[in-house]
This record gives sequence, structure tokens and C-alpha cells, in this order.
Amino acid sequence: MATNFEKVVSLARKNSIWPLPFATSCCGIEFMATAASHYDLARFGAERMSFSPRQCDLLLVMGTIAKKMGPVLRQVYLQMAEPRWVVAVGACASSGGIFDTYSVLQGIDQVIPVDVYVPGCPPRPEAILDGFLKIQDLVNAEGLRRRHSDQYKELLAGYGIQ
Amino acid sequence: MLNNEIIKQKLTEKFPDQLTDWCEPYGMLTFTAPAPLNLKVLQFLYDDAELRFQFLTDLQAVHYPDSKGAELAVVYHLHNLVDNVRIRFKVFVDIEKPDVYSATALYRSANHMERETFDFYGVNFVGHPNLIRILNVEEMDYFPMRKQYPVEDQSRIDKDDEMFGRG
Repeated sequence: MATNFEKVVSLARKNSIWPLPFATSCCGIEFMATAASHYDLARFGAERMSFSPRQCDLLLVMGTIAKKMGPVLRQVYLQMAEPRWVVAVGACASSGGIFDTYSVLQGIDQVIPVDVYVPGCPPRPEAILDGFLKIQDLVNAEGLRRRHSDQYKELLAGYGIQ
Repeated sequence: MLNNEIIKQKLTEKFPDQLTDWCEPYGMLTFTAPAPLNLKVLQFLYDDAELRFQFLTDLQAVHYPDSKGAELAVVYHLHNLVDNVRIRFKVFVDIEKPDVYSATALYRSANHMERETFDFYGVNFVGHPNLIRILNVEEMDYFPMRKQYPVEDQSRIDKDDEMFGRG
């Protein structure tokens, strides 16, 4: 597991993810349950919720994002330092959900890149934990230099970032 | 005790033959005034020693696309807090020239509600100090609550049909 430097770093990263909960509605309530004692997100090394984007690794977007909120969410994402990951929790963050309307962003992947989508309306805490474990797998498998790759730069350029 | 008959009588004395469509759905006195008279009616209702409608509960618009020349209705809900009596009155304007005098000088709460009504229906409140969008994104170039749009807006390009089984 820890046979070379890259693997040591991956191991450390995946077990000390600092989440930034960006909760706008009911999915946020489910997340509160996920973080509380019964489901206990802290078991996976995500003890410290942070509300300062600069220190965070994982942006958890939970709830409907109105078009007016889009630039705010994007700003929060831009303030996060690399490496950073994003989870879209629930139907609204993933696709706009039931809000098939002029004022709601039809999925946050229109403004920022997303790593894991958690379906549900709202998803149960188990589903959020499952999404978090998927993120841990991604973090573990990600090489140190992935963020310097042309593919990654192309992805961000697709969103007009950097 | 203030009741609907007294209110109606006082209003018809003050504005003879100008107020129309009197009705009382669920006991709430409702009438229509000509759009240029809206401030005069509001001021009278506010100032009269007996009427005292000094609280603006709500202000909003309705779009009637089929009534030509009077498509937009602006509805005022007023409350006499002393006698606990409510009334409602409407003015109708042409959607091509939706000018209505602003009630902001009389009711400060009208500021927010008129901005909202402008935002969603495009009613132009003449005399409003800051008539700009309040809830929708600034770059929106239409008035979304008007009934001229199909339920599924064909002009939208942000919809991912794949997500909704329509791809």
C-alpha cells in the first residue's frame, strides 16, 4: 500500500479529506445526518467540515442551485486549492431535478466539473457515504501529476477556468 | 363598525362612476379602478379618518392574455389594522404600455413588491426609485411569468434532455 511516495501521498489524501458542504436545501439536511453520530462521516477521515474554500479538498453541493447562485458556486470552486474534488449530491445538483424551469441551473456540471453524482431526492445518508467512498477511490487512484495533465487542463478550459 | 357597505359607499361618493366590478368573494370587498387613478384611490383609502387602510399586505400582477388592451392586472391588497378589515382592488393596463404609478411614496413596502412585479411581469411602475430586477438573474431579457410562453420553454438551451428520457 505504501511502497512508494505517490502511494503514501494518495493514502494520506484519501483519509484526510476536508469537505466543504455547500448545502442549499433538503439534501443538506440528509448530509447533516450523514455527518452526525449515527452515520458518522468522520469514520472516513472527513472529521473536519470547513467553510473556508481555500483549505478544503471536497466540495459537496447539496440542493437546488438557482441560476443566480451559479456564479457564487463557481466562485467557491475557484477559491479552492488544487487538488479539489466535487460531489453533486441529489437530483437537483446533478440535473436540476424536478425544477425544470427558467430559474434553476440544470445541473452544476454546467458551471463546474463534477467527479461523483449521488442520485436521490434526497439521497439517504448511506448514498452520500457511498458517494464519499467513491471519491476516496478516485483520490487513492489519482496520480500526483494528474492535475498537470493536458486532459485535466482541457477539462478546466472547457469550463473557462484558468 | 367598518364594513363593506360603508367602504363601498364612501368610495363611490369620492369617485362616482369610476370604480367598477364590485364583488365580495369570500366576504372580501373587491373592485376595479382606472389605472391613472390608482394613487388617488390609495391615498383616499389611506387618509380617510374612517377607512384607514394604512397597511399594504400584498401587491402583484396577473396576466390575462385574452383580454386585449387590458392584459395586465395589478392587484393591491390593503388592510385596515385598527378594524381588521381587508379589501382588494385592481387596475388593468395594456401590455404594450404597462405604466402604473408607483405606490412607494405611500407605502414603503411597495418598493420591494413593485420591483418583484416588474421582474416577473414587466409592469412599469412610474416613479419607483430603483425599478430593476430583484429575484431573477440580471441578464434575463424577458418577463417569465407572462403567459406567452409554452409550459416547456422551447427557447431554452440549458436543458439536458438525456437526463429526462427525452433525448
